[in-house]
Amino acid sequence: MSVSNLLENWAQVRHEHPINDKPHDPYKWAMAIDLDACTGCNACSVACYAENNLPVVGREKFQHGQQMHWMRVERYWDEDGREFPDQGFQFLPMMMCQQCEAAPCETVCPVAATNHTADGLNSQIYNRCIGSRYCSANCPFKVRYFNWYDYPTTDNVWPAEMTQQLNPDVSVRGKGVMEKCTFCVQRLSAAKVVAKGEGRIVREGEVQTACQQACPTGAISFGNLVNPESRVHKQWEAQQVVLDKDKQEKDEKEERAVLRGYRILEELRAYPSVMYLERVRESAV
Amino acid sequence: MKDIREDIAWAKINQDVLKSLEAPRKLYWVILFFALLAFGFGLGCEVYQYQTGMGVANLNNPQVWGLYIATFIFWIGMSHSGTLLSAILHLMHADWRKPIYRFAEAMTTFSLMTAGLFVMVHIGRLWMFYYALPYPNDRGIWPNFQSPLLWDAMAIFTYLSSSVLFLFVGMIPDLAIVRDNMHAGWRKKLYTLLALGWEGTDRQWRNFRVTYLTIACFLIPLAVSVHSIVASDFAMSQQPGWHVTSFPPYFVAGALYSGCAAIITLFIMLRYVFKFEEYMTLPILKKIVRLTFAIAMIWTYLNAVEFASVWYSHDAVSKDVLIQKMTGNYAPFWWGMIFCGSVVPLVFAFKRFQTNIPVLFATSLLLNLGMWLERWMIVAPTFSHGYYPWTWDHDQWPSMVQWGMVFGSFGWFTLLFLIFCKVFPSVSMYEVKEMVYHRTLHLKKSEAAEEGAH
Repeated sequence: MSVSNLLENWAQVRHEHPINDKPHDPYKWAMAIDLDACTGCNACSVACYAENNLPVVGREKFQHGQQMHWMRVERYWDEDGREFPDQGFQFLPMMMCQQCEAAPCETVCPVAATNHTADGLNSQIYNRCIGSRYCSANCPFKVRYFNWYDYPTTDNVWPAEMTQQLNPDVSVRGKGVMEKCTFCVQRLSAAKVVAKGEGRIVREGEVQTACQQACPTGAISFGNLVNPESRVHKQWEAQQVVLDKDKQEKDEKEERAVLRGYRILEELRAYPSVMYLERVRESAV
Repeated sequence: MKDIREDIAWAKINQDVLKSLEAPRKLYWVILFFALLAFGFGLGCEVYQYQTGMGVANLNNPQVWGLYIATFIFWIGMSHSGTLLSAILHLMHADWRKPIYRFAEAMTTFSLMTAGLFVMVHIGRLWMFYYALPYPNDRGIWPNFQSPLLWDAMAIFTYLSSSVLFLFVGMIPDLAIVRDNMHAGWRKKLYTLLALGWEGTDRQWRNFRVTYLTIACFLIPLAVSVHSIVASDFAMSQQPGWHVTSFPPYFVAGALYSGCAAIITLFIMLRYVFKFEEYMTLPILKKIVRLTFAIAMIWTYLNAVEFASVWYSHDAVSKDVLIQKMTGNYAPFWWGMIFCGSVVPLVFAFKRFQTNIPVLFATSLLLNLGMWLERWMIVAPTFSHGYYPWTWDHDQWPSMVQWGMVFGSFGWFTLLFLIFCKVFPSVSMYEVKEMVYHRTLHLKKSEAAEEGAH
């Protein structure tokens, strides 16, 4: 335990953002979500609850804004003059942790409980978290969820008959820690272990996130952005969205009209790892 | 208007101040009782929250900080004027600070302790708070040195320990006086221990002066940096309404402001409760009032700077937050802050109010209400109306648990402060003597000069 040890460790943890000094290899997990394919059925959100042992907080706590949906389906609609505009055209982005490359949450955590992994994930270490909630305060998307209560011991969160269906690969969080979407890191780790045993990297299609698996219309694609064969890579490339840019070159070009890819709040320079494909709508054409 | 008498005997000073350790007015016990009650209530809230979870505070996803952080800033801010009076004015040889700096310095220490409590009740896992300290450990895990929250913890801890040291060192000659005059008992033993064998020799005085001056010089940059760092908690973040360059000076000005207002309140209380009318004189009060007025105007100016820079920056999101503050659900509190912080201090501009104790007492309480509202209006509206529209939440209202702890913190502070004033001399005896001595010298000189002129 010395200062040199501190400095060494420090250099490993903190590097130049977004990824210039340490390109992701062999993995960079990323996502593309086609909002035109989304029907707003909420299957992704339900799958996430089941996969990640999310507590069902109940009506009362939900009304207090204390729900724990790592993946939420949001509703926005055009105020187009009709009587019930919310029954008209809807725009339904699913929102979850954007796994930013230069994540605003990481730099502010006093205990370094949230960090960047070599695979480009924004990890959360529950055991280290002291619950200052500074990460949530600094998150532009507000996709971090705090354990306001001790859900494992709260009535009706997981009724007795349901405790058997908790996912054994995912820890159940106690009160006072922050949590958020992990891109189903338990599945990624398992797939990587298998691949490593066979001396290869994880193949395209070998691993799916729970939300992706549950989506009936295949709106969500997930994979390794570094792998040129992956669907995600192809989608990002086709849409000309580049991970480490805060302003895409295509936005200056005319093709912009036909390219639907964008990232949310890109101008804040958080470099999110999720690309959305804009919904095709009359008003935008 | 009566100032401290030049012909007051030194023994009389001792006697008057020592009396405050023995027999305060009945009001002392009444205030103490209510302070204890308030603290007990806050403690109960914390126990409940600790057992059940932070959810009982009615915090939610966008509104993750609430009153705890707002009140934390408030108490940190309040601590600043003690340093202003005891250290900065000491270096500037402002004589009038001498009878009142001791209690102001105690106020610094105790408000820092109160602020520290808010950090504790705020964190989700209180039992793991030591993770935020850079202690050597076998796992080689360090806290995150990039986080303003960590700088904050360190700055506050440094400031608190230095303030305690400063308060203690400045009190040594007085502790010796108390030791020599106290009847035998546990208190005598306590003062004997704390007086560190002070005998008032030349050598001791010389060392004392140097030590005191050194700590004073050390404390001033600390005071400025502490609140700048608290401001960095906000300014270093990315959120609209917080990411403002002028925040550090704005926070420091606000801190001095609320601190000065608190000094006026406590001045009036102590003067009555401990019968210090002889020492805490109206001319001194007048000087603090004028100082407060100047700081109030600086604060108002910096407020205007902030609004103008947001307004003209064309940063649409920040502008939205500002508009929300002025017109949304928080508007009554926001305008309340403007009224209490910028309009009410105009009372101080009038000479006849500068020594009117009832008016000053009410005004100083209003100023601090305004300053508390200011901190709340920094924290809450940004959470309610951030970057991401889906998570806007304008209606969240802090629960009784949060209000209870805010209320309890005032009890805790009052409790500590009152106990301090009863156990330690809250007027600096040796410095009042110095002051009287200098005044007599001055008087003699001017008399001599006058005679010469005739």
